[in-house]
This record gives sequence, structure tokens and C-alpha cells, in this order.
Amino acid sequence: MSLRIERVSKRFGAVAAVREVSLEVKEGEFMALLGPSGSGKTTLLRIVGGLELPEEGKLDFDGQELTHMPARERRAGFVFQHYALFRHMTVAQNIAFGLDVRPMGKRPPRREIAARVDALLKRMQLDDMGKRYPSQLSGGQRQRVALARALAIEPRILLLDEPFGALDAKVRKDLRQWLRALHDEMKLTTIMVTHDQDEALALADRVAVMNEGRIEQVGPPAQVIGSPATPFVRDFLGQDGEGI
Amino acid sequence: MSTKPSTQFRYPTKDSATVRIGLTIAGIAYIALFLFTPLIAVFAEALRNGTAAFVAAVTEKDALAAMWLTLTVAAIAVPLNTLFGLAAAWAVAKFDFTGKSLLITLIDLPFSVSPVISGLVYVLLFGAQGYLGPWLDELGIKIIFTVTGLVLATVFVTFPFVARELIPLMQEQGTAEEEAALSLGASGWKMFWLVTLPNVRWGLLYGVLLCNARAMGEFGAVSVVSGHIRGLTNTMPLHVEILYNEYNFAAAFSVASLLAMLALVTLLLKSFLEWRYGDEIAATHRH
Repeated sequence: MSLRIERVSKRFGAVAAVREVSLEVKEGEFMALLGPSGSGKTTLLRIVGGLELPEEGKLDFDGQELTHMPARERRAGFVFQHYALFRHMTVAQNIAFGLDVRPMGKRPPRREIAARVDALLKRMQLDDMGKRYPSQLSGGQRQRVALARALAIEPRILLLDEPFGALDAKVRKDLRQWLRALHDEMKLTTIMVTHDQDEALALADRVAVMNEGRIEQVGPPAQVIGSPATPFVRDFLGQDGEGI
Repeated sequence: MSTKPSTQFRYPTKDSATVRIGLTIAGIAYIALFLFTPLIAVFAEALRNGTAAFVAAVTEKDALAAMWLTLTVAAIAVPLNTLFGLAAAWAVAKFDFTGKSLLITLIDLPFSVSPVISGLVYVLLFGAQGYLGPWLDELGIKIIFTVTGLVLATVFVTFPFVARELIPLMQEQGTAEEEAALSLGASGWKMFWLVTLPNVRWGLLYGVLLCNARAMGEFGAVSVVSGHIRGLTNTMPLHVEILYNEYNFAAAFSVASLLAMLALVTLLLKSFLEWRYGDEIAATHRH
């Protein structure tokens, strides 16, 4: 189940955010979109998730054309930078949301939803937090709730928008390892946007370095550091000569 | 030889005691003069001829009809403007479109127009000599001097209340939660009902409260449109005017005191909401 992005472009008014980007994300792969602010990586992620519509180009997921499909039909789990948890719902209700809003025919029975929520809470190490409200949680806990919420709908692709951006360094490091372990276990196709190269290089199977709406280089972390394809890639990845 | 500073320590952002006390007294005096005194006068005058006369005045046939009409008009105008306010705030806060600033200006229009002029506009449009007068006459539809006209005029003057409460609130809340809801598979309606609406419920309630208070107390616009037909097209404020013009002061003040009580109840509810949900409301207030 691979994702194909073909020559996708998107403008906002006079600004071209994404310029004819083509990328293939293989099934089960962890792909990082790395680049400075304004490079178009978040816009590209949102296009994949259906939160923006491209002006040109095609999106393909395992043969099914996604380009103009509305976000709610895509089954792409999206984790927002600032979590976007539903503030007036408990943690459990947040996680269950994707299942609760399914139409009558497709909705699992209440017991099953509750069971799935419990399983996810355990998986995310949020064991007794089900009845709490987002405002009562720490940043790291909120991010795990956001992830659980996205995973509850059994998405076919996971989209992470700078998931650790709002957290402090120690929490970030811990969550990084935990996320990689989770990915190895679930083998879910994942795209993560980040401007933090350490994060990208530590987590990803392949890294796509973006600049001003274009992809400058795609490849495994070692290759991107060791053989930068353009001056931008070389400069952006700085003195990372020690490898991963 | 150490010398103590001659002035005591004072917080940089706090004024001296004289200034603080002076301003507080001035503020209280102002409120006492312009708010408390008239309010107390209304209740005092209402009870001038004793409680029996008070009860008689508020249970008299025309007074009851006026109360009923006030409630009816509010019961129609407030839900209409709530729906409209929700829709307008939704459009303005979550979307970008040409004509957005025009819409916002139009929403604020009733605030800048004198209520009497608002009523006059309806007479000019729908009255017998009005622009649409002959056409309505042909269809047998009467608007001016009927309850319909009263409702229309009230809807116009209470137009902005709910919208103006919700727009800054929704703008501040942004679209992230809605996007999350969509990405999780919610339909547009479910997203609105389960995510957007609960987030604005207190601002909504507050706006409805204000809208209701104004709808019940409106005088100018309704007066122009009404025709003052006793028992038929008189709301409570209009009834008060009639009683007063007949030199029936105690009765006038009696009915007026009911309106004053409505104002007090509204204020109490508003204070309660602010006390209970102050953070949510205060953080997003922008008038």
C-alpha cells in the first residue's frame, strides 16, 4: 500500500507553497519531510491528509486516486502540531471520536469501542487518564492522546505534523524512541514533518529534504548526510559528519 | 549614617491612595446617579399606591396582552437571530471569502442606526404609502401595525448580538479542532454539532441573553411600526408609554418595574456565567 505523490502543486495567493513535488512513500515506511520553515513540508502533508486541495498533480494510494477525495473519507490519521484535542471531551471520548462519528452501519458496538479505547490507552501508557480532560494533561501526555485518537480509526497512513515541536528536549527524546518502537511494531506507513534534523535522522527510514516548495533530495539518512545532492542539503544538514 | 528614603515603597503600576479612593468614589457616584437612582425610583413609584394597586396594574387585561405580546415577539426574534448569528459567525470565523468584511459591517449596522430610523425603514418599505405597499395590499398581506411588523423591527435591532459574541470567540478558537474532526471521519454536520457548538456554548448563551433583553425592552423601532393598538399591537414598553401619557403613573411604573426586574435577572445570569466560566469568556471578549 504505497502512496504516490505526482507533480503536486499548491499556491496560496501569490506564494507557491508546493512546486511540482513528486514522491513515493513505500508501504510500512517511515518517511520524514525535513526542511526549514516555509519549505512547504506542512502544506504537502496537509495535501496528503486532504486538509488542502492541490491545484495540480495527482495523489494515489495503492491504486486508488485520492486527489479530490474529502479528508473524512481518506482514513489518514493526522496528528497536529498543537494536538488539536477536543477540549470539552475527556481523553477517552477524544480517542473514541473517530469511531463514534461513523454512520450507524459502520459503527462498532459501544462495548467494542470502549475496549479499543482501553487498549489504546494502555498502549500509549495513559492507563488511568481516560476520564481526564486535555487541560489536565502535560504536553507529552496530550501528544500521546492525539496519537491514540489518530490510531483509533485504524488508518492506512499516519501523518505527523511536527509532533514533538511543542515539547521540551527530554520529553522529545523519550517520545522519539517510543514512536520508533511503535512504528516498528505496527508497520504503519508514516510521514512525519519536522524541521529538527536530529529527529528526522533518528526516526526515519528515508528523509525527503525540502526547500522552497521543492524536494531537494530523498534517501536514507546516511545517504542524505554522506552524499548531499545539492548545496542546500549540505548546508542545511550542517556538520553532521558523525553519522546517525 | 544611613538615610531612609523619604517615600514609602510603592508598586510601579499602582496609583496613590488618594487617586484610587477618588476614582472609586467617582465611579460609584456615577453609577449611583445614573443607574441606581432611576432603578430605585421605578420600584418606589410602582408601589406608591400600595401593593394592591401594583397587582391590579400588572394583571389588567391590556397589560397582560402587552406581556404576552412581548414574550411572543422575543420568542420569535431571539431564535431567528441565534440561528443567524451562529451561521454568520461560522462563515466569518472559519472561512475566507470575498465580501467577508462587508458582511461584518452589515452585521454591525443595526448598532449604528437609531432604533426609530430602523422602524421608519420598515414603514417606508411595507407601509400603505411605502415602496412595497401596493404590492402587499394586492396580496392581502399586512405588515405595519401588526405583530409581523413588530417581529421584523425587533429582529432588525437585535440582529448583531449573538453574531458579535460568537465571531471573536470562534476566530480565537481557530479551525484546528474542526480539521481534526474531519480527518477522523466526521461529516460536516457532526463536526459542527459535536465539536464547534460545544466549544462556543457559553458565548452563545451570553449572546442569547443579551439578544433577549434587548428584544423585550425595545421601544423606538417597535413604536414606529406598532400603531399602538391597545391589547393588540402593544408590547410592554409601549404599554408603559400609554399608561404614562394617561397620567396613570403608578400603573406605568408598575409595568415598568417588571421590565426592570427582567433587566436585573439578565444581569444576574450574566454575572453567574462570568463567574463560572469567566476564563473562557473573558479571554475572547472583543467589542
